[in-house]
Amino acid sequence: MPEITGFAFPNDVHVHWSLMIVMYPYITGFVAGSFIVTSLYHLFGREEFKPVARLAMATSFCFMLVASLPLQLHLGHPERGWYVMVTPHFTSAMAGFGLLYGGYLVVVALEVWFVWRRQIIESARRSRGVKRAFYMALALGTYDTSPEALEIDHRMVRLFAGIGLPGACMLHGYVGFIFGAIKANPWWSTPLMPVIFLASAAVSGIALLTILYQVVSKLRHVAIEARCVASMARWLWFFLIITITLELLEIIMLSYENSEPWHIISQLLTTRLEFSFITMQMIIGGLIPLILLAIVVMMDRYLHERVRNTLSVISAVLLLLQVFSMRWNVVIGGQLLSKSLRGLRSPYTPELFDREGVLVALALFAAPFVLLWIFDRVLPIYPEAEDAPQQAPGHEGEAPTRGAMTV
Amino acid sequence: MDHARKIDGADGGAGGAADGPRAPDGCAGGVGRRDFLAGVLKLAGGAFVIVAGGAGLASTGEAAAKPGEGYDWNEHRYAYLVDTEKCIGCGSCVRACRAENDVPDDFYRTWVERYVVGLDGSKVDSPRGGIDGFPPEQTAFTPTKAFFVPKICNHCTETPCIQVCPVGASYRTRDGVVLVDGERCIGCGYCVQACPYGSRFLSPRTHTAEKCTWCYHRITKGLKPACVEVCPTGTRQFGDLRRADDPVRLAIERERVQILQPHLLTEPNCYYLHLDKEVR
Repeated sequence: MPEITGFAFPNDVHVHWSLMIVMYPYITGFVAGSFIVTSLYHLFGREEFKPVARLAMATSFCFMLVASLPLQLHLGHPERGWYVMVTPHFTSAMAGFGLLYGGYLVVVALEVWFVWRRQIIESARRSRGVKRAFYMALALGTYDTSPEALEIDHRMVRLFAGIGLPGACMLHGYVGFIFGAIKANPWWSTPLMPVIFLASAAVSGIALLTILYQVVSKLRHVAIEARCVASMARWLWFFLIITITLELLEIIMLSYENSEPWHIISQLLTTRLEFSFITMQMIIGGLIPLILLAIVVMMDRYLHERVRNTLSVISAVLLLLQVFSMRWNVVIGGQLLSKSLRGLRSPYTPELFDREGVLVALALFAAPFVLLWIFDRVLPIYPEAEDAPQQAPGHEGEAPTRGAMTV
Repeated sequence: MDHARKIDGADGGAGGAADGPRAPDGCAGGVGRRDFLAGVLKLAGGAFVIVAGGAGLASTGEAAAKPGEGYDWNEHRYAYLVDTEKCIGCGSCVRACRAENDVPDDFYRTWVERYVVGLDGSKVDSPRGGIDGFPPEQTAFTPTKAFFVPKICNHCTETPCIQVCPVGASYRTRDGVVLVDGERCIGCGYCVQACPYGSRFLSPRTHTAEKCTWCYHRITKGLKPACVEVCPTGTRQFGDLRRADDPVRLAIERERVQILQPHLLTEPNCYYLHLDKEVR
C-alpha cells in the first residue's frame, strides 16, 4: 500500500491511470506535432521544410497507427474497447475518441495516398509478381499519372492538409480536454489544459523531426540542409516559449489566486513532483533548451553548421524529455493528490514487466520507428526525385522522376 | 434475505436505535455514554458476524443490483441522510457494507472519517476506512472538538461520473440511484477520476468500476441499505422522498442540511446534518 502524507480519501490512494495513460498523450502529441511540420510545407508553403515534409507526414501516420494501443493496454476490459466506437455515450469527452481518431486516421491515410500515389503507380509498373499485385492494390485501380491527374493529386494534398491540421489540433486538444474538464481534480481542471497539450504537442513533434531529419540524413549520406535545421529550431523555440509560458501561467494563477487547492498543489510540486516537474519539466527540459535554442535562433549567422546541428539536436532531445515529464506530471501528479485536498500519496513507480509497465511503454515508443522503417521500404520517403532540380513548394510529385522516365 | 432479517432482529435488541430513520433529535438517547458505547461495540461485533455469515449468499458487484419482484421504480425517489452528531466511529457500517457487497480489500464503498480539530490545526484520518474503529489519537495541537463523518456515494443528480462514462455503463435509475452496469463497463477509470468524493474504484477482481449502490438489491425489496441497517446510533438514515411522512424527507425539508462540495454543483442526494467546515 502506498504511504499517505496527510489525509487521502481511502479510494484515492490508487493510481488507476498509469504509465499507459502517460504514453497516450505523448504519442498523440507526436501525431499532431509532426502533422504541424508537414503542414508548414504542404499548406503554408514554407519551402525550407521541404526536406522534412514527407518524413513528417510518414512519422505522423506511423505514430497514429499505435496511438490507440496504450489505451487498449490500459483498459480493464480491452475486449470491450470497441464499445467506445460503436455505442459512444456522447456526454463523455472520451466518447469523441472514436470519431476524432477514426476521422483523423482516414484523413492522414488519404493524404499519404495522394502524396505517394505516383510512386505507388510507378512501383506497380516497375515490379513483377506479388510485389506488383501489392502496389496495384495500393493504387486502388487508378493508374493515371498525366499532368492533370497529378495536379488533382496536388490539390487533394492541400485539401487533406487543410482538413488534417485542424483535425490534428482537435485530436490533441481533445486529449488535454479529457483532463482539463475534470472539475473534481484541481490540478487538471483548467481551460489552459487543452492549449498546453497542443503547444507541447507542437514542441514534441518539431523536436522529434529535428532529430529524425538529422539521423536520416546521416544514414542517407546526404548533406543536412542548414536552412531546414535553422527554421525548425526557430519554430521549436517559438512553440517552446508558448508552452513554458502557459505551463508557468497555470501555476502562477493558482498561486496568486491562493485558492483552496493551491495549498496541496504547492506541496505536490515541491515534494512528490520535485524531480519530474521542477528539475525535468522546468529546468533541464525547459530553461536549458530555451537558452540553447535562443543561441541557435539569434546567433544563427555566427554559428558553424555543426554547432547549429548539435545544439538543435541536444535541445530536441531535452525537449522530448520535457514533454514526457509534462505528461507524467499531469497524469500521475493528478492522482498523487487526493480529492480531499488534504493528502498526497507516495510517488508512483511503474512496474517493469507489467502490461502497463516500462518495457511495454518502451516498445510502444519504438514501434512507430519500426513502422516508419517499413513505411520507407514500401513507399520510399526520399525518392530519387529529391535529387531532381528544385520544385516549387507544395508541388511535390508534379515533376516527373527519373524513375518514371525509365519505365 | 435471511441474513437481512437477522440484522433487523439484532437492531431490535439495541433498544430500537436503528429501527428506521427518525427525524433527528440531536441526542443519542438517555443511556450513559460508557454503557452505550460498550453496548454499541458488542452490537457492532455481533452484527458483523451475522452479516459476514451471509456474505457468501450475497452475489458480487452490480449483478446484485437487481430490483425485487413487482418493484416499480417510478414510485420511489431515494435520499440518504447523515447526522454527523450521532456517529461514534464504530465502523459497523463499513464492515456491513464489506460483507453485504463483497467489497475487495483496500477499496471502499463507504468509510468513516475522524476529524480532530483545534484552533491551531486539524487532523483527519480514516484507518482502513474506519472498518476496525479508531485507535486513540495524539495531536501536536490542543483539540477542541472531534467528530466522525461517514462517507458514501452521494448519488448525485448532476453527477460527473455518468457524464464522463464513454459507453454509458454508469447510469442513474428513475428512483435516483447511480449504478454501474458491470457488463458494459470497459474499465477505463474515467468515472473514478471524475468523482469529486472518491466514491468509486476499479475493482481488482472484476476490472470494472464499482461503487455504493445503496444496496439496490435490498432497497427494492423494501429493506434498508446494509450500512443503515446496522448503524447503532441512527447516524445513517435512508428514506424515500416520494413518501410525504418519510422522516428523511421531513428532515431535508425542515432542518438545515448540507451537502458535500456544493460548489461543484453535482446535486448530491446524500444530505448531512451538523456538518463542520473542515469536511470536504
